[in-house]
Amino acid sequence: MLLSNLELVPGRRVVKHLGLVQGSTVRAKHVGKDLFAGLKNIIGGELKAYTELLKESREEAVERMVKQAESAGANAVLNIRFATSSITQGAAEILAYGTAVTLE
Amino acid sequence: MDLILQNFDLLLFAVLFITGYVAGRWNERRHYASIRKREDEFAGILVFTNRFPPPSTTRVATVLVSGSAVISEDFFKGVVAGLYSFFGGRIRSYESLLDRARREAVLRMKEQARAQGAGMIINVKFQTFAIGGRRASSVKGVEMLAYGTALSPVGA
Repeated sequence: MLLSNLELVPGRRVVKHLGLVQGSTVRAKHVGKDLFAGLKNIIGGELKAYTELLKESREEAVERMVKQAESAGANAVLNIRFATSSITQGAAEILAYGTAVTLE
Repeated sequence: MDLILQNFDLLLFAVLFITGYVAGRWNERRHYASIRKREDEFAGILVFTNRFPPPSTTRVATVLVSGSAVISEDFFKGVVAGLYSFFGGRIRSYESLLDRARREAVLRMKEQARAQGAGMIINVKFQTFAIGGRRASSVKGVEMLAYGTALSPVGA
Protein backbone atom coordinates (compact mmCIF):
# COMPACT_ATOMS: atom_id res chain seq x y z
CA MET A 1 0.00 0.00 0.00
CA LEU A 2 1.49 3.30 -1.10
CA LEU A 3 0.62 6.24 1.13
CA SER A 4 1.20 9.82 0.10
CA ASN A 5 -0.17 13.28 0.60
CA LEU A 6 0.52 14.12 -3.04
CA GLU A 7 -2.35 14.23 -5.51
CA LEU A 8 -0.36 12.32 -8.11
CA VAL A 9 2.49 9.89 -7.77
CA PRO A 10 5.36 10.92 -10.01
CA GLY A 11 5.86 8.43 -12.83
CA ARG A 12 2.76 6.35 -12.14
CA ARG A 13 -0.71 6.58 -13.60
CA VAL A 14 -3.96 6.31 -11.65
CA VAL A 15 -6.08 3.69 -13.39
CA LYS A 16 -9.01 3.56 -11.01
CA HIS A 17 -10.45 6.03 -8.54
CA LEU A 18 -12.09 4.32 -5.56
CA GLY A 19 -13.27 7.26 -3.51
CA LEU A 20 -12.76 8.54 0.00
CA VAL A 21 -11.33 6.33 2.71
CA GLN A 22 -10.90 7.30 6.33
CA GLY A 23 -9.81 6.00 9.68
CA SER A 24 -10.20 7.54 13.09
CA THR A 25 -9.61 6.83 16.74
CA VAL A 26 -10.69 8.51 19.96
CA ARG A 27 -8.17 8.33 22.75
CA ALA A 28 -8.06 9.48 26.33
CA LYS A 29 -4.96 9.90 28.43
CA HIS A 30 -4.71 8.17 31.77
CA VAL A 31 -4.42 9.85 35.12
CA GLY A 32 -0.81 8.88 35.79
CA LYS A 33 0.35 10.62 32.66
CA ASP A 34 -1.66 13.65 33.63
CA LEU A 35 -0.03 13.93 37.04
CA PHE A 36 3.44 13.97 35.56
CA ALA A 37 2.31 16.35 32.84
CA GLY A 38 0.91 18.62 35.56
CA LEU A 39 4.41 18.91 36.99
CA LYS A 40 5.83 19.58 33.55
CA ASN A 41 3.29 22.37 33.21
CA ILE A 42 5.18 24.28 35.89
CA ILE A 43 8.70 23.95 34.51
CA GLY A 44 7.93 23.61 30.80
CA GLY A 45 9.46 21.25 28.26
CA GLU A 46 8.24 18.45 26.07
CA LEU A 47 5.37 16.24 27.20
CA LYS A 48 6.84 13.03 25.81
CA ALA A 49 3.95 10.85 26.99
CA TYR A 50 1.53 13.02 25.04
CA THR A 51 3.71 13.07 21.96
CA GLU A 52 3.81 9.27 22.03
CA LEU A 53 0.08 8.97 22.69
CA LEU A 54 -0.89 11.18 19.77
CA LYS A 55 1.65 9.51 17.51
CA GLU A 56 0.30 6.05 18.33
CA SER A 57 -3.25 7.22 17.79
CA ARG A 58 -2.32 8.67 14.43
CA GLU A 59 -0.69 5.40 13.43
CA GLU A 60 -3.84 3.56 14.41
CA ALA A 61 -6.02 5.96 12.40
CA VAL A 62 -3.79 5.42 9.37
CA GLU A 63 -3.96 1.65 9.88
CA ARG A 64 -7.76 1.77 9.86
CA MET A 65 -7.75 3.91 6.76
CA VAL A 66 -5.42 1.45 5.04
CA LYS A 67 -7.73 -1.42 5.96
CA GLN A 68 -10.63 0.39 4.35
CA ALA A 69 -8.58 1.03 1.25
CA GLU A 70 -7.54 -2.62 1.07
CA SER A 71 -11.12 -3.80 1.25
CA ALA A 72 -11.94 -1.45 -1.62
CA GLY A 73 -9.20 -3.11 -3.66
CA ALA A 74 -6.86 -0.12 -3.77
CA ASN A 75 -3.09 -0.26 -3.86
CA ALA A 76 -2.50 3.36 -2.86
CA VAL A 77 -4.04 6.16 -0.82
CA LEU A 78 -3.32 9.63 -2.14
CA ASN A 79 -3.87 13.17 -0.89
CA ILE A 80 -3.83 12.07 2.75
CA ARG A 81 -4.81 14.65 5.36
CA PHE A 82 -4.83 14.57 9.15
CA ALA A 83 -7.21 16.26 11.55
CA THR A 84 -7.31 16.37 15.34
CA SER A 85 -10.12 17.64 17.51
CA SER A 86 -10.79 17.53 21.22
CA ILE A 87 -14.05 15.79 22.06
CA THR A 88 -14.24 16.33 25.82
CA GLN A 89 -11.75 17.28 28.48
CA GLY A 90 -8.86 14.85 28.08
CA ALA A 91 -10.03 13.01 24.98
CA ALA A 92 -9.11 13.65 21.39
CA GLU A 93 -10.19 12.29 18.05
CA ILE A 94 -7.55 11.72 15.43
CA LEU A 95 -8.72 11.38 11.85
CA ALA A 96 -6.81 10.38 8.75
CA TYR A 97 -8.45 10.56 5.34
CA GLY A 98 -7.51 10.30 1.73
CA THR A 99 -8.45 9.03 -1.70
CA ALA A 100 -8.11 5.35 -2.46
CA VAL A 101 -6.83 4.63 -5.96
CA THR A 102 -5.40 1.84 -8.05
CA LEU A 103 -2.06 2.66 -9.62
CA GLU A 104 -0.79 0.82 -12.65
CA MET B 1 4.06 31.21 61.26
CA ASP B 2 0.51 32.53 61.21
CA LEU B 3 1.49 35.03 58.57
CA ILE B 4 2.86 32.24 56.36
CA LEU B 5 -0.29 30.16 56.76
CA GLN B 6 -2.54 33.11 56.05
CA ASN B 7 -0.66 33.98 52.88
CA PHE B 8 -0.10 30.41 51.78
CA ASP B 9 -1.85 30.93 48.43
CA LEU B 10 0.24 33.95 47.62
CA LEU B 11 3.44 32.24 48.70
CA LEU B 12 2.68 29.16 46.61
CA PHE B 13 1.98 31.38 43.63
CA ALA B 14 5.27 33.21 44.09
CA VAL B 15 7.22 29.96 44.37
CA LEU B 16 5.57 28.50 41.26
CA PHE B 17 6.04 31.76 39.38
CA ILE B 18 9.76 31.94 40.13
CA THR B 19 10.29 28.20 39.57
CA GLY B 20 8.43 28.47 36.28
CA TYR B 21 10.49 31.43 35.17
CA VAL B 22 13.88 29.94 36.03
CA ALA B 23 13.22 26.34 34.95
CA GLY B 24 11.19 27.40 31.93
CA ARG B 25 13.89 29.69 30.65
CA TRP B 26 16.54 27.05 31.21
CA ASN B 27 14.46 24.44 29.40
CA GLU B 28 13.76 26.77 26.51
CA ARG B 29 17.40 27.75 26.10
CA ARG B 30 18.47 24.11 26.12
CA HIS B 31 15.78 23.19 23.63
CA TYR B 32 16.73 26.01 21.25
CA ALA B 33 20.39 24.98 21.44
CA SER B 34 19.47 21.42 20.49
CA ILE B 35 17.13 22.62 17.71
CA ARG B 36 19.85 24.82 16.16
CA LYS B 37 22.37 22.03 16.30
CA ARG B 38 20.06 19.54 14.59
CA GLU B 39 18.89 22.08 12.04
CA ASP B 40 22.47 22.41 10.87
CA GLU B 41 22.81 18.66 10.81
CA PHE B 42 19.67 18.19 8.69
CA ALA B 43 20.22 21.19 6.43
CA GLY B 44 20.86 18.82 3.51
CA ILE B 45 17.24 17.69 3.44
CA LEU B 46 15.15 20.22 1.56
CA VAL B 47 11.59 20.97 2.60
CA PHE B 48 9.00 22.43 0.20
CA THR B 49 5.32 23.20 0.38
CA ASN B 50 5.01 22.66 -3.38
CA ARG B 51 2.34 20.18 -4.38
CA PHE B 52 4.38 18.69 -7.19
CA PRO B 53 8.00 17.60 -7.40
CA PRO B 54 10.37 19.91 -9.30
CA PRO B 55 10.26 19.26 -13.09
CA SER B 56 13.87 18.09 -13.10
CA THR B 57 12.99 15.17 -10.84
CA THR B 58 13.81 11.80 -12.32
CA ARG B 59 12.46 8.50 -11.00
CA VAL B 60 11.67 8.74 -7.31
CA ALA B 61 10.03 6.67 -4.61
CA THR B 62 7.47 8.49 -2.45
CA VAL B 63 6.97 7.90 1.25
CA LEU B 64 4.67 9.69 3.66
CA VAL B 65 6.73 11.12 6.52
CA SER B 66 5.58 12.96 9.62
CA GLY B 67 6.94 14.40 12.81
CA SER B 68 5.20 15.72 15.89
CA ALA B 69 5.98 17.18 19.27
CA VAL B 70 3.91 18.20 22.28
CA ILE B 71 5.48 21.10 24.13
CA SER B 72 4.18 22.17 27.51
CA GLU B 73 3.97 25.73 28.68
CA ASP B 74 5.50 26.64 32.03
CA PHE B 75 3.81 28.41 34.92
CA PHE B 76 5.41 31.75 34.10
CA LYS B 77 4.33 31.64 30.45
CA GLY B 78 0.81 30.74 31.53
CA VAL B 79 0.52 33.72 33.87
CA VAL B 80 1.98 36.15 31.33
CA ALA B 81 -0.35 34.83 28.63
CA GLY B 82 -3.29 35.19 30.99
CA LEU B 83 -2.44 38.86 31.51
CA TYR B 84 -1.97 39.51 27.81
CA SER B 85 -5.23 37.84 26.87
CA PHE B 86 -6.88 40.36 29.18
CA PHE B 87 -5.15 43.47 27.84
CA GLY B 88 -4.52 42.27 24.31
CA GLY B 89 -1.30 42.35 22.34
CA ARG B 90 1.40 39.96 21.30
CA ILE B 91 1.91 37.01 23.61
CA ARG B 92 5.61 36.54 23.10
CA SER B 93 5.85 33.78 25.66
CA TYR B 94 3.58 31.62 23.49
CA GLU B 95 5.22 32.61 20.22
CA SER B 96 8.44 30.94 21.28
CA LEU B 97 6.51 27.90 22.50
CA LEU B 98 4.85 27.36 19.12
CA ASP B 99 8.08 28.11 17.30
CA ARG B 100 9.87 25.42 19.28
CA ALA B 101 7.13 22.88 18.69
CA ARG B 102 7.03 23.57 14.94
CA ARG B 103 10.77 23.40 14.46
CA GLU B 104 10.97 20.23 16.53
CA ALA B 105 8.20 18.64 14.43
CA VAL B 106 10.00 19.54 11.19
CA LEU B 107 13.23 18.07 12.54
CA ARG B 108 11.54 14.80 13.44
CA MET B 109 9.97 14.66 10.00
CA LYS B 110 13.41 15.19 8.46
CA GLU B 111 14.80 12.42 10.63
CA GLN B 112 12.23 10.04 9.16
CA ALA B 113 13.06 11.23 5.66
CA ARG B 114 16.76 10.62 6.20
CA ALA B 115 16.03 7.09 7.41
CA GLN B 116 14.33 6.54 4.02
CA GLY B 117 17.32 7.95 2.20
CA ALA B 118 15.32 10.90 0.93
CA GLY B 119 16.85 14.25 0.09
CA MET B 120 13.64 16.23 -0.29
CA ILE B 121 10.22 16.53 1.31
CA ILE B 122 7.40 18.14 -0.67
CA ASN B 123 3.79 19.16 0.01
CA VAL B 124 4.51 19.81 3.67
CA LYS B 125 1.51 20.64 5.82
CA PHE B 126 1.31 21.79 9.41
CA GLN B 127 -1.36 21.16 11.96
CA THR B 128 -1.64 22.64 15.45
CA PHE B 129 -3.63 21.11 18.23
CA ALA B 130 -4.05 22.71 21.65
CA ILE B 131 -4.11 20.22 24.50
CA GLY B 132 -6.00 21.06 27.64
CA GLY B 133 -8.36 23.84 26.76
CA ARG B 134 -9.70 26.53 28.97
CA ARG B 135 -10.18 24.77 32.27
CA ALA B 136 -7.58 25.93 34.81
CA SER B 137 -6.88 22.45 36.18
CA SER B 138 -6.11 20.87 32.85
CA VAL B 139 -2.69 20.21 31.43
CA LYS B 140 -1.73 22.81 28.86
CA GLY B 141 0.44 22.24 25.87
CA VAL B 142 0.47 22.41 22.15
CA GLU B 143 0.93 19.62 19.64
CA MET B 144 2.49 20.47 16.33
CA LEU B 145 2.32 18.00 13.48
CA ALA B 146 4.28 18.32 10.26
CA TYR B 147 3.79 15.90 7.40
CA GLY B 148 4.74 15.61 3.79
CA THR B 149 5.96 13.31 1.08
CA ALA B 150 9.62 12.32 1.05
CA LEU B 151 11.18 11.76 -2.35
CA SER B 152 14.07 9.36 -2.55
CA PRO B 153 15.88 8.52 -5.78
CA VAL B 154 15.13 5.03 -7.04
CA GLY B 155 18.06 2.67 -7.33
CA ALA B 156 20.35 4.85 -5.26
